[in-house]
Amino acid sequence: MYVAVKGGERAIDNAHAWLAEERRGDPSVPELGVAQIREQLALSVNRVMAEGSLYDPDLAALAIKQARGDLIEAVFLIRAYRTTLPRFGASQPVDTAAMDCLRRVSATFKDVPGGQVLGPTFDYTHRLLDFKLMAEGEAPVAPGEPVEPAPVPHVTGFLNRDGLIEQEPESDAAPGDLTREPLELPASRALRLQSLARGDEGFVLGMAYSTQRGYARNHAFVGELRIGTCCIEMEIQELGFAVEIGEVELTECETVNQFKGSKTEPPQFTRGYGLTFAQNERKAISMALVDRALRWRELGEDDSGAPAQDEEFVLMHSDNIQATGFLEHIKLPHYVDFQSELELVRKIRAEAIAANKDAPDV
Amino acid sequence: MPDFAFPHRDLPPTGQGDRPQWMGLLAKARPERLAAALAGLDLPAHDWARAPETGAVMVRGRMGGSGAPFNLGEMTVTRCALRIASGEIGHAYVQGRDKAHATRAALVDALMQGPRAAELRAAVLEPLAAAAAADRAARAGKAAATKVDFFTMVRGED
Repeated sequence: MYVAVKGGERAIDNAHAWLAEERRGDPSVPELGVAQIREQLALSVNRVMAEGSLYDPDLAALAIKQARGDLIEAVFLIRAYRTTLPRFGASQPVDTAAMDCLRRVSATFKDVPGGQVLGPTFDYTHRLLDFKLMAEGEAPVAPGEPVEPAPVPHVTGFLNRDGLIEQEPESDAAPGDLTREPLELPASRALRLQSLARGDEGFVLGMAYSTQRGYARNHAFVGELRIGTCCIEMEIQELGFAVEIGEVELTECETVNQFKGSKTEPPQFTRGYGLTFAQNERKAISMALVDRALRWRELGEDDSGAPAQDEEFVLMHSDNIQATGFLEHIKLPHYVDFQSELELVRKIRAEAIAANKDAPDV
Repeated sequence: MPDFAFPHRDLPPTGQGDRPQWMGLLAKARPERLAAALAGLDLPAHDWARAPETGAVMVRGRMGGSGAPFNLGEMTVTRCALRIASGEIGHAYVQGRDKAHATRAALVDALMQGPRAAELRAAVLEPLAAAAAADRAARAGKAAATKVDFFTMVRGED
């Protein structure tokens, strides 16, 4: 238990002043601007937006600067900020089929209508350090082709036609919101997806990897991975009609998984789903694998006892702000606690030593 | 339905003419572009019906892209409502935290409901729509340049 302590104000103020100095670093090196972070460390910004659960690239960039690049600390700042915002409402569910894709690949269909579009990817790079980036150079320009932008169909739609893949039941039911109601288990799939979307990328990746290594293996193929911008539309109460209020970049991953069939369902492919803010594909793929693993009950599969199937284990440990809050609090003063522990250990130790002394020699 | 003088996305009819389209266009416009488009115009004074405030909107997705909704995460949004001297009330809900941008969007919304609609359409909406279309085409063009044709190799043992 943490017991409040008093004092130390001067030391704390000075520690924070030193933190500010260290944050700036060597003053002879130019200071990093928030816009530079937003534009040039975009994937860090994306991760902070996804796990902070707030789409605002400028704020995420500011948080990264303030946190000295500690992304979990930056997520913490964003989570704290979002609690100060009034909630204007909820958007209409985003139509990812209408996404303006900058990347769209399928690992299952080579000749998918709309084509395989690589986009700005690290795939197929050699992962060799590029020392040219240490020198100031001209801004690179990517080639383009004259095309008419057009939406591309979802890959799973092609499998749907033959009944080879499970259908997502249509619904417009308002989903639960774990930022409003504490998460209770068992959780609906909607709450699981919300939780995974804001979960720690490393944790969700680890859980997903465990399914690939055989802990609740679900034989996932990436049916489709797409990244691009989607319009966000919201019903404006005072006007009585819906308008587009903005545009966000999203990453969507649909996995196609083997399924032997159950008592109620014929053999067919099943689905896992991942959706994250901005370009964030490792997270989206991981989310889809874990979503699929957590669906074992509704699909009538066996509980193999694997961590990725254990809703309590996954959902209660995926939030890095909850985790780091509890973890890091143990470094704060626990003097009163520890004092009682110390007295207890001294007492038992004295009793044990006395008992030994009294024991007859053999 | 009126005929549209600027490129737009098809939305279900609302009985509001193309007001949802121009509100969406203004909301998605880059703030500096809207500011530049309004720079040369004579803008009326306004009273606040609702002063600009920043809040959050919960963005929802659908399971599997087509199934039941779930909450993905929030986005920042700034809204305001204002009344211009001729009586029209302009509303804005725009992405981000830029109160000046929201104010400009609401001003254009108010003016679009009055006698200066044609002027605003030509001076503001059409250039914004053209700039947005050009951005979109440039992104689509870069994506098209990365389109690949994978081919599977014949295995040696076959």
